[in-house]
Amino acid sequence: MALADTASQSNPTVSEAYLAMVRQKRIFGGILLAIFVALMVGGFLVAQERNAGDFIPGLPQVLDFPAAVVAEAWENRAQLPGFIVQFFPSLIETINIAAVSTLIGGLAAIILSLFSTRGLALFPRMIPVVRRFMDVLRAIPEIVIALVLIFLLGGGPVPAMIAIALHTAGALGKLFSEINENAALGPVEGLASVGANWTQRMLLGVVPQVAPNYLSYALLRFEVNIRASAILGFVGAGGIGYDLRNTITFGTGKFDEAAAIFILLFATIVTFDQLSSVVRNRLTHGRAL
Amino acid sequence: MLKITELTKKFGANIAVDRTNITVKQPAMIGIIGRSGAGKSTLLRMLNCLTEATSGEIVFDDLTVTQLRGAARRNWQSQCAMIFQQFNLVPRMDVVSNVLHGTLNRRSTLSTMFNLYPQSDIEQAIDILDRLGIAEHAPKRAEALSGGQQQRVAIARALMQDPRIILADEPIASLDPMNAQVVMQSLRRIHEEDGRMVIANLHTLDTARRYCDRVIGMRAGRIVFDGTPEQLTTGVARDIYGADENFSEAATSTEIETLNQPARIPVAAV
Repeated sequence: MALADTASQSNPTVSEAYLAMVRQKRIFGGILLAIFVALMVGGFLVAQERNAGDFIPGLPQVLDFPAAVVAEAWENRAQLPGFIVQFFPSLIETINIAAVSTLIGGLAAIILSLFSTRGLALFPRMIPVVRRFMDVLRAIPEIVIALVLIFLLGGGPVPAMIAIALHTAGALGKLFSEINENAALGPVEGLASVGANWTQRMLLGVVPQVAPNYLSYALLRFEVNIRASAILGFVGAGGIGYDLRNTITFGTGKFDEAAAIFILLFATIVTFDQLSSVVRNRLTHGRAL
Repeated sequence: MLKITELTKKFGANIAVDRTNITVKQPAMIGIIGRSGAGKSTLLRMLNCLTEATSGEIVFDDLTVTQLRGAARRNWQSQCAMIFQQFNLVPRMDVVSNVLHGTLNRRSTLSTMFNLYPQSDIEQAIDILDRLGIAEHAPKRAEALSGGQQQRVAIARALMQDPRIILADEPIASLDPMNAQVVMQSLRRIHEEDGRMVIANLHTLDTARRYCDRVIGMRAGRIVFDGTPEQLTTGVARDIYGADENFSEAATSTEIETLNQPARIPVAAV
């Protein structure tokens, strides 16, 4: 501290230069903020102009649909527990699709990530190829893969599982490879010095270091996949999404059943969110499971 | 036994090791000394094939090490154990597993994946740990051990390889004097009892004098001294390190005794 003080006293140009830098940063920040606000306002005006109906008068109607669902569910509230029991097996199917696809996609992601990490990859020249392959897996929407597979394989949980697993492999592969980049190379080199082959170096040198981080991301992905698997039900992949589509259509008078499904989905996601945050906390703070 | 001929390693324009020649006729304990950046580590890493030589060759018995590739190279690495300054153990795995990693070259990938090792290997690993005086730490995670204990685990891993040469890259540079002594004595004992060749990079002169049969001095990638510890006079040491008259051996010593008596201490009974 003392050194720094004497330096700034004896050399006022340093503090001047620094203050000038601060002023410059503030000016740039202000300009960026102005551009941001201008873009937001301009974009909103364009959207308002091109909208089929009027956007602002339509706003109050947004709440009509949820209000109808809640009102109808409230009238038939006595039947709700029955509906919940009725739709529970579909919920299990949805969770199963999510679990299997997370597991398969996660395992594929570990392999992809090890092949795409600088300093670890078996074929360093293939890294860009593997990375682009993962980009492709992430870029194609799950629903598109699922629709194609349903067309080819027929409806059911398997197409949904494959579609979500492919997307998971791409998404987790990228995250895992970023974790791998932070792994210490000492153990890997130690194993190389005893003549271990690449697979042994990766499994024993890298994976033990990064396994808790892998698990943490995989749990997060599991939550995402439950939602994805429910959505895929809409296109005929089975599970609770299929029931939701059948009940939520206007005019069928089944809003009470739809409400039961919403309650189930909400409860499931809250449960898994809590569960995974507990597990992740324990992993990061090193307490035994 | 070991013959290194005109061995050279270049990193871009830098020459790390410059046309080095070393011949070792029988198993010995060899210390390599020199300043940081003199090429000591690169030399050892080329012996273990962790770094590829630019030119020249290493021949061990009838095996031309510098030409090995793939499985044959990994097989050589298993016969040529390496001990690192920063231990390079797998921190989250237990001590015995780390020692058992010494057998990886002999085991199938599938069995090592599930940590399946034969009972006899596990017993041997614990025997080696016992010999090094750390058997009681066997079930602990490697990261829970002190530096000196971790380095002895690394030595146990090296012994588990049943190697023909043990290479040690600054094995005591991150240890306190007490642990440094234990580790160096372990290495000396392995050389005397098992008759294995030990080549160690050392950062202090007195360690080299005290434990080694032969000392090699390197400066800027070249070998500038090769002889017995007795021939290593202060004048020669100044040449190796490029130091002036102020250079004093006691100043870099890690021995506890040098605090009181700067004279050379004979090798303790080990």
